Amino acid sequence: MNTLSRIVELSLAELICGFVRALTSVRATWIVPPRPRGARVYFANHASHADFTLIWASLPLAIRSKVRPVAARDYWESGILRPYLARKVFRAVLIDRGRLQRDHNPVEAMAAVLEAGEPLIVFPEGTRNTQDDLQPFKSGLFHLAERCPTVEFVPVWIENMARVMPKGSFVPIPLLCSVTYGPPIAFDGSSKQDFLEKARAALLALKPDDESREGNRK
Amino acid sequence: MIPQVLPLFTGIFGVLLLASLIGASLRWKLGPGNSVVGNLNARIIAWWWMVGLLLGAFSLGKAGLVLLFLFVSFQGLREFLSLTYTRRGDHRALVGLFFILLPLQYWLVYSNWYGLFSILIPVYGFLLLPTVSVLSQDSTRFLERTSKVQWGAMLAIYCLSHVPALLNLRIPGHEEAGPLLVVFLMLVVQGSDVLQYVWGKLFGRHRVSPEISPSKTWEGLIGGVLSSSALGAALHGFTPFLWWQAGLIALIINLMGFFGGLVLSAIKRDRGVKDWGDLIEGHGGMLDRVDSLSFAAPIFFHVIRFWWT
Repeated sequence: MNTLSRIVELSLAELICGFVRALTSVRATWIVPPRPRGARVYFANHASHADFTLIWASLPLAIRSKVRPVAARDYWESGILRPYLARKVFRAVLIDRGRLQRDHNPVEAMAAVLEAGEPLIVFPEGTRNTQDDLQPFKSGLFHLAERCPTVEFVPVWIENMARVMPKGSFVPIPLLCSVTYGPPIAFDGSSKQDFLEKARAALLALKPDDESREGNRK
Repeated sequence: MIPQVLPLFTGIFGVLLLASLIGASLRWKLGPGNSVVGNLNARIIAWWWMVGLLLGAFSLGKAGLVLLFLFVSFQGLREFLSLTYTRRGDHRALVGLFFILLPLQYWLVYSNWYGLFSILIPVYGFLLLPTVSVLSQDSTRFLERTSKVQWGAMLAIYCLSHVPALLNLRIPGHEEAGPLLVVFLMLVVQGSDVLQYVWGKLFGRHRVSPEISPSKTWEGLIGGVLSSSALGAALHGFTPFLWWQAGLIALIINLMGFFGGLVLSAIKRDRGVKDWGDLIEGHGGMLDRVDSLSFAAPIFFHVIRFWWT
């Protein structure tokens, strides 16, 4: 029975990946080649519910089968389908967003996953962004880096997914998306402010804005 | 439709066979490391696929051709819009573009409703797309966003839908000419692209527009357009046209095709990309392949509609 339900979950996962690939023709660009083994933290810009599935669909199978997204408990534990998808199919690490009534420490929950050798996907802006630029990062990324100083943090820029399915919309449009994996950064003992700025700059460096495109002209 | 177009396709397959042989011998002579020859061979292989798909569409009749171009428009539209700036407020307009205007336009081609076919996007799309966007209360770069959505609709849907719409033209005395007109248009325009590439690679010295498309040369343009127009004149036996009419029409659509390629190059250059996508190995995206066709098809359609029907 357990094997059967695991097969259903894995097929659903591949089905979702296949749908996202067909919808977006997603292209992954690795500035540093992927490392399939070991725990890493992938941190990405966040503008659409489907951001996680896009990263998922763009990862090689060896990483995809292990990686776990960090998601908000309040959102993913409501309804019928969402908890099943979050727990069984996405294998999400659910954390509390509110400052009060916290019965577990989210950093410890994430660190436990990393120590078990599984990579994480986090969205350090905290919530989906509706503007064109990148919001300031929440401090969770810093606390996680301080707690796990040997873990590499890989910036991941998601392009166009916000237009495929923006916040507040549930009809996706089939635009082409790309996912860029940048060079990893690690905790270097710097202050919270400095580390978050460094991480944010590493992510912004991957954004294909008009000016950097201009620089690519031949 | 196959019996009508088979002679032309036999000729095309013959040319492709010759091209593949030349490609293989160049590879043998210059080695597999040569990137120009590698790209040439990738292009030739992609041509086999594209010609095969076109023939497959013809074998399914009008529905096949309409569905093939529905896909071409769909892919062109997503490539175009993926590279243009829109905002959250345009999402509903884009949903309408992909899921209403695109299938509706091709249904109008299939059902031969010419009146609505010719105004659906230039009139209703033009007015309703910004109407849908404005309801989301976001005026940031509004005219720019609206223009881009309208441009995508006109170029990728409206212009390209004129290719299968050729099947609806009824020329007195040549009632069955539709499929041959489609092959004539595509053969001459794509032939012009290929011949410009060949002439340019062999003799190209002087650039036509270094600011926009550095790979286009006067030698390639003149040689390609003239030889492809001669090809059009030579094919007049398959068409309702006299030889000089076929040659003149071929010249017009070749020039339109050239300018289509130039205009879309300007857009790519402005966006800082080399290709629209990577769908077709060696060629780039769908729009890289059909840029010239999108400019040539409506003019070809209306020249025939005005003077021959």
